[in-house]
Amino acid sequence: MRSDPADYQLLAPGKLQAVVSLLADEPGQWLPIAGGTDVMVQFAAGKLPARKLLSIWNLPELRGIEILPQAITIGAGCTYTELREHPVIAREFPLLASAARWTGGIANQNRGTLGGNIVNASPAADSLPALLAYEAELILVSVRGERGVPYLSFHTDYKKMQLAPDELIRAICLRRDFSGFLQYARKVGARNAQAISKVCIAALGRLRGGAMGGVNGGAIEEVRIALGSVATVPVRLTEVERLVKGRSVGPELVQLAGEATAAAIQPIDDIRSNARYRAAVARNLVAEFLLQLRGWEGTP
Amino acid sequence: MTAENIIGKSVPRKEGRDKVTGAARYIDDMSLPGMLYGATVRSQIPRGVIKKISFDPQFDWSDFVTVTAKDIPGKNCIALIGDDQPCLAEGMVNHPEEPILLLAHANPRLVRKAVDAVLIEYEPLPPVFTIEESERCSHVIWGADNIFKTFLIAKGDLDGIWSKADYIVEGEYFTGAQEQLYIENNGVIAAFDAEQGITLWGSLQCPYYIHKALMALCGLPEDKVRVVQMETGGAFGGKEDYPSIIAGHASLLAMKAGRPVKIIYDRLEDMTATTKRHPSRTRHRTAVGKDGKILGGEIDFTIDGGAYATLSSVVLSRGTIHAGGPYYWPSVRILSKAVATSTPPHGAFRGFGAPQSLFAMERHMDRIAQAVGLSPVEIRRRNFLQPSQSTTTEQTIREEIDLGKLLDRALELSDYTAKKARFAQENIASPIKKGIGIAAFLHGAGFTGSGERYLASVVGVEGCADGGVSVLASSTEFGQGTNTVLCQIAAEALNLPYEDVRITQPDTNQVPNSGPTVASRTAMIVGNLVRSAALGIRQTLIAEGILGASYSPAEFRAACRKHMSEHGELRSFARYQAPEGVFWDDQKYRGEAYAAFGWAVYVAEVAVDLSTYSARVEDFVALQEVGRVLHPVLAQGQIAGGVAQGIGFALYEKVVWQNGRMQNGQMTNYIMPTSADLPQIRVFFEEMGNIHGAYGAKGIGELPMDGPAPAIVNAIEDALGTRFDSIPLLPEDIFEAVSAAGER
Amino acid sequence: MSESSNHRDKCEVSLTVNGEPKTVRVYPMERLLDVLRHELGLTGSKEGCGEGECGSCSVLMNGQLVNSCLIPALQVAGANLTTIEGVAEGPQLSALQAAFLEAGGAQCGICTPGMILSASHLLHKKPNPTLDDIREGLSGNLCRCTGYMQIFDAVMRAARRGNSA
Repeated sequence: MRSDPADYQLLAPGKLQAVVSLLADEPGQWLPIAGGTDVMVQFAAGKLPARKLLSIWNLPELRGIEILPQAITIGAGCTYTELREHPVIAREFPLLASAARWTGGIANQNRGTLGGNIVNASPAADSLPALLAYEAELILVSVRGERGVPYLSFHTDYKKMQLAPDELIRAICLRRDFSGFLQYARKVGARNAQAISKVCIAALGRLRGGAMGGVNGGAIEEVRIALGSVATVPVRLTEVERLVKGRSVGPELVQLAGEATAAAIQPIDDIRSNARYRAAVARNLVAEFLLQLRGWEGTP
Repeated sequence: MTAENIIGKSVPRKEGRDKVTGAARYIDDMSLPGMLYGATVRSQIPRGVIKKISFDPQFDWSDFVTVTAKDIPGKNCIALIGDDQPCLAEGMVNHPEEPILLLAHANPRLVRKAVDAVLIEYEPLPPVFTIEESERCSHVIWGADNIFKTFLIAKGDLDGIWSKADYIVEGEYFTGAQEQLYIENNGVIAAFDAEQGITLWGSLQCPYYIHKALMALCGLPEDKVRVVQMETGGAFGGKEDYPSIIAGHASLLAMKAGRPVKIIYDRLEDMTATTKRHPSRTRHRTAVGKDGKILGGEIDFTIDGGAYATLSSVVLSRGTIHAGGPYYWPSVRILSKAVATSTPPHGAFRGFGAPQSLFAMERHMDRIAQAVGLSPVEIRRRNFLQPSQSTTTEQTIREEIDLGKLLDRALELSDYTAKKARFAQENIASPIKKGIGIAAFLHGAGFTGSGERYLASVVGVEGCADGGVSVLASSTEFGQGTNTVLCQIAAEALNLPYEDVRITQPDTNQVPNSGPTVASRTAMIVGNLVRSAALGIRQTLIAEGILGASYSPAEFRAACRKHMSEHGELRSFARYQAPEGVFWDDQKYRGEAYAAFGWAVYVAEVAVDLSTYSARVEDFVALQEVGRVLHPVLAQGQIAGGVAQGIGFALYEKVVWQNGRMQNGQMTNYIMPTSADLPQIRVFFEEMGNIHGAYGAKGIGELPMDGPAPAIVNAIEDALGTRFDSIPLLPEDIFEAVSAAGER
Repeated sequence: MSESSNHRDKCEVSLTVNGEPKTVRVYPMERLLDVLRHELGLTGSKEGCGEGECGSCSVLMNGQLVNSCLIPALQVAGANLTTIEGVAEGPQLSALQAAFLEAGGAQCGICTPGMILSASHLLHKKPNPTLDDIREGLSGNLCRCTGYMQIFDAVMRAARRGNSA
């Protein structure tokens, strides 16, 4: 353990109002900590620059999953376990449920939160591609009240985001728009559990004329493809999506999509993997998604 | 021969209850009054001269205890085989993380901060990081030529085999460093007073190794050093010689402070600063006849020892002797060497050189098969050692081992033939390529050659106040079942219930030196001594007339108590005697290398997903002949655990080096398999007995480490048709090979 | 329920551990693992990695499996904890503990406390787990000795005996 707890302050006001007030009074001074599965690792390694922490664990205002006819609202403090176990998420948002299942082990899933995953903003974060694919809306809160930010524009660069120093994420809204879509997610890591992803994909798609394109290859009506671990932020492959829209999936389209994928990403060499491998796997996953879409005959 | 009551049964693990209730006491669970916490200031460069050591004046150094090489009362070295490794660097550093200075303070958090407040200036010298760089000697970093040790095994006559050969098959094979990754990091507590000397408690394999090292380091006589082993959370060789270093550090601090000192490494320090498996390079050049039989060959085996000699000569020895595998070599020349690099010294890790050279041998057999046009099965069958043939060291195989039959059984258990054919068919259309591969191998149990004679191990058994007995041995438990097996043997020998036998905590004040707990020797060799010592107890009581030739447990207990009330104690000791006809020539490196070999055939089934280039082991058959299975559950556990480490060695565990320092020294980035990554590991035994081992046992602890990696890589080649000769074999490596093949 | 501190001071945290109420005076950022081991003398939970990867520090917090090395003390206020010391009922081992002994689920024992709590948590959620359920449920607990086979066996045995503790 390479930090001295005596050097740190940790407050737990217990109410959202008190938390945002403190953040407003001393912006940039307090690091919010929810489940701690990222912050406490840095702390133990002696690599946590912040000395003042503000616990937002178990704040009632950040808990709960609200189900409405058109949308669901997930409290930023919801854990991965809660996401996994919620029937609506399991059924309608399998990309998010999968991501939750693939994060760490059970012990970390019981503590890690969706809000924490977003704000920690690791390029390799497991749930972020799903949120991009679903085009989530984030509800941010501060003393000034609440505002919505489309998740697509939330991350601006490596660990930089549209979050004021005194703001917190309160909730994540997902529209219930995805019945009739094929949902495809895959995480590629160094092992089957407890792995930081080398590449991960979350994608949605449907074919023209509803879901019955079948093997005879209906044209692509809509796709959304998001990747993690291939850039400083998780990315939507908007160029690839534009390219394939309206066309039927065949070897030529898959090839073009692969090239467009390679052009859209900037994977790196790091301690876990290298750029060439990541690029190749990213292309393969996009191809696998498109081929599944072509062969897909059912509604979920 | 009467049926055995306890041998061969899965009796409860002796210390098992404590382990499942959290009552077992590991070193970090222990504290002493007035105890300080120690930390180590380590070199940040791979090689150079220490110019200046200074202490940050902004830091409050009051109440700190500091130790440098100048404080060492005895000799500044870690006494092991050679004396080249200093306990604390003095003047020069030769590898990253080399210990330079020690600190202690009552506040463990503060002592950690203090490490960063010690400022060291160096004048760097050019380092050497690979076997190739070391061989080239553009910089000489050790001795005259960077070579710690060489061996030569020369059998038969190589002249003419090359011209007689129908095939000449060459190959070069590499294995990387591997971290033992025991889940409990290294840790010790040392206490000193002028009267008792040093007492050292720790997580360790070899109390007497530490005892010897502390005597030399602290300048103390034998009876002023006491080493006690605590419950040890995994070792695998990583706590064979390394603990002498951390023990030395804590002892020096305790001597200077006059207070007990605890040093516990965190994971980063343990991974970056302590020993790993030696990286290796093996080159084969083999002359093969038309019928696939090996005529002879040359094997060049080189291991990277890191910056100091430590155990490298012994690792090299075992790797050299195993380099020819379980095959008959009419002639062979095996030249091996251990070379120096500017990295933390490599050390013992389960298998100890054999996994490295056997990886090469078993990959090479598949290569020979391809050259000759025979199957991997047939090439091995034709070359297996037969009873009365001799090994590469000219040891005659005296036991009636039938490797062909072992192979057949492994093939049947794994459904090899049908699967191989089916996979070849299915692979045509499937994006997931499946393959199946074999490895056949042997593992010598006990110390090599004259090693056991040199160790001259002693074991005792003593009577206890309640009339039971206790085993006295320095052999340590660290999961493999030492406590259980040695108690089983004593109980069987004395015809007592297992519950009446216990084993004394290894404490150099209480137990004799039964040798280190290494080399798969404990059940076989130490077990035999336990049996003798136990029989000695019985003999004593019978000779006194207080016990009949046959007796009930209650009668034994009564006799034992009677003797003790009259004599104070009841003890019997047994000392190792080398078996007849086991003769080893250290000069010529020839003869009976081991009293017994375990034999094995492993079969791995893999699936390679070409969308991610990841290989996964889907099924694994581990079949071995191990003499006698003393405890089925323990034996199966040993094999399964060893196979899991072998799978890690092959596919997951990569040490990422930069400037001689491990960069991925945390569990997030050093990848060992989780429960979600391993297939069913199916373990099977053949038992032929062993005249030299306790109740017929051979050693099994290390055997399972040798087979998985080559079996897996053979399977991956079967799946992809692509050759891989280097492990760890990661998806990134498979990708490079597959895309290169695709581009051709 | 929540405790607060204004300065770099220790604070009082009250919690229940193995059914017993406890109050400790610790820095709010003290790790729960260290509170258990040093303040409360419950050394059964182990530190293997300090980064939430090995699971040796696993405990149950309000019935949920968590890695105690990643939890700051202040966040444990009011919680109900079960550690390995609380699993057996006096001298009576739980079915899971007994199964670990029979099946060889513990070798060196360092991962065993966390593994048993993890398995206990699994069996509460899935009293009749498949092998895959067990693999997944225990995937946050690393074992270097067993290769997991006998651990799976132990969990299956305990499940078959219909006792999840």
